[in-house]
Amino acid sequence: MIWNTILLALREIRRNVLRSFLTVLGIVIGVAAVIIMVTLGGGVTVKVGDQISSLGSNLLIITPGKRMGPGQVSGAGPFKIEDATAIAREIPGLAGVAPMSSRAMTVVFGNQNWSTMVSGITDDYFSVRGWAVQSGREFNASELRSGAAVCIVGATVQTKLFGNQTAVGNRIRLQKIACEVIGVMEAKGQSTMGTDQDDLVLMPLRTFQRRIAGNTDVNMIQVSAQKGVSTEKVQRDIERLLHELRHIPANSENDFNVMDMKEITKMLTNTTKVLTGLLGAVAAVSLLVGGIGIMNIMLVSVTERTREIGIRMAIGAMEREVLLQFLVEAIVLSSFGGLIGIVLALVGSFAIASALSVPFIFNAQIVLIAFLFSAAVGVIFGYFPARKAARLDPIEALRHE
Amino acid sequence: MSAQPTAFDAPLIELSGVTKSYGSGSASMQALRGVDLTIHQGEFVAIMGASGSGKSTIMNIIGCLDTPTTGSYRFKGIAVEQLDRNQRAQLRRYELGFVFQGFNLLSRTSALENVELPLIYRGLPNAERRQLALNALATVGLNGWASHTPSELSGGQQQRVAIARAIVTQPAVLLADEPTGNLDSARSVEVMEMITRFNQESGITVVMVTHEPDMAAFASRVVHFHDGLVASDKRQAGVAS
Ligand SMILES: Nc1ncnc2c1ncn2[C@@H]1O[C@H](COP(=O)(O)OP(=O)(O)OP(=O)(O)O)[C@@H](O)[C@H]1O
Ligand SMILES: [Mg+2]
Repeated sequence: MIWNTILLALREIRRNVLRSFLTVLGIVIGVAAVIIMVTLGGGVTVKVGDQISSLGSNLLIITPGKRMGPGQVSGAGPFKIEDATAIAREIPGLAGVAPMSSRAMTVVFGNQNWSTMVSGITDDYFSVRGWAVQSGREFNASELRSGAAVCIVGATVQTKLFGNQTAVGNRIRLQKIACEVIGVMEAKGQSTMGTDQDDLVLMPLRTFQRRIAGNTDVNMIQVSAQKGVSTEKVQRDIERLLHELRHIPANSENDFNVMDMKEITKMLTNTTKVLTGLLGAVAAVSLLVGGIGIMNIMLVSVTERTREIGIRMAIGAMEREVLLQFLVEAIVLSSFGGLIGIVLALVGSFAIASALSVPFIFNAQIVLIAFLFSAAVGVIFGYFPARKAARLDPIEALRHE
Repeated sequence: MSAQPTAFDAPLIELSGVTKSYGSGSASMQALRGVDLTIHQGEFVAIMGASGSGKSTIMNIIGCLDTPTTGSYRFKGIAVEQLDRNQRAQLRRYELGFVFQGFNLLSRTSALENVELPLIYRGLPNAERRQLALNALATVGLNGWASHTPSELSGGQQQRVAIARAIVTQPAVLLADEPTGNLDSARSVEVMEMITRFNQESGITVVMVTHEPDMAAFASRVVHFHDGLVASDKRQAGVAS
């Protein structure tokens, strides 16, 4: 009997293809919206995580000054190279300690010039950031020790100043000093915050301090913990050590800041997850609206089809068969809408994901949930009209014009 | 099977003291005012009477679509007024075939699907259902019209689809409320000959409402209604017999 009822329902849907399609449009859009939101949200979360971990695994960044808010730092004395050596010596479980000092400058090659960020670094920089040169070489020990006039450029600087020609072996000018390019870094692309990570020039820290900054300051120390070492513990250890080195009174706040990139990753991915949930919820409301649309059309169709219902009953249809027919019609309609929505959503999120260069991550769970939800919408919003149809009096229904 | 009832047959349809009132209080009116009527297996009964005399009302009661206000209706000995909606639906499904005055076909539905409908409710398998429906359409002379929808058929063809739908289940009783009401006289005679054939060849009991004496002449018995009561009840030799 169920099969026969489904047959009747399918016939009815086929008879009204256009109306059936318009009826389920709400469901189609609702299901597609939910799946697209959640799929893209998942992709963004993964991408954010990837980008941050591309900064280097187990990375901690130490900067002078209190954290006042995003990007704002109150005046506080910079670090010295001794702070970095003390950290390397005193703190257990570190893979590398990379002190650096930076300044925005214009670099010149021939008649090309380009404003970029120039940083003085030590050899730990490459391992701490998990970043390597693509062509040329890293600084050697004697260049680092003596402060030789050599530099390594990022991919952006390479293209802006040298175009297709290789930068390695050429000399670029940084204010008063001329410096030989000995390497080009691997391209890293945009960071999560949208800044170009390849727009930089690196030189030995000593060269930077002597020839550019004219002091022995260190603006930032990047530290990487060994695998399996708790970054929370490293963070606490560094805070305690610097507290001591910088002679900060026991009960006053630190004038430096140790950021654990893992926490930032967690924070950012949590934020995108919350956003995904929120967008998904908004989309779910549209699914609900789609359900109400189905109920509306089904109610209209019960009135429109009163005579038909009368005929069916006169021929011998029982109450529950009429009920079942309308219910099955609603469920078939809404799950059909759900299926169309799923196909649309998968195609759509694939297209949008590649347009936004976000990974496309197929989320079987949300597809299943959306489908079941659409079928449930059919049951819930189909029941009321179906019951109305089933309760009709056959004679009254037959009289209906 | 004999078209003539014998004295020992249990009546197929037994109405006694049936009344039907519509409305309530001062607005109330009695459509039936105490009808006694007994119809045996194999009879061909024509019901006649003025408009408003209660013919359709009694048909609806016989067809288990409606229940008497007072009085009793026994179908094959079963007290119909004691059945619930679903049990009456079962009786309609398995025992009765209805041909309505206004055809009452499902619109935008092919002739075949219309005729299949009662078989679907009987739960017949696909192939058998299709074959029976095609046979019924052939019986009413609609070979080759199976895929046409009512709007693509003439009035006479629609009425024949309605008849095919009523007889496809081989019901015990065929109830026809003015089956020729919308047809010209040539078509009417065709339909009447068809109904007579079902009555005589398949032994289907026929109860038919008509205004036209020419059509009533096909029946073996004519019952006149007047003002909600049976005014006369005469046996006759049917035209075809
Ligand atoms: N649902 C109803 N509500 C109120 N009155 C009704 C209803 N059905 C029938 N009647 C009344 O009952 C009376 C008998 O109606 P019925 O339909 O049985 O007449 P009929 O003999 O079939 O007439 P016709 O030849 O015109 O079809 C009529 O006066 C009609 O107005
Ligand atoms: Mg009538």
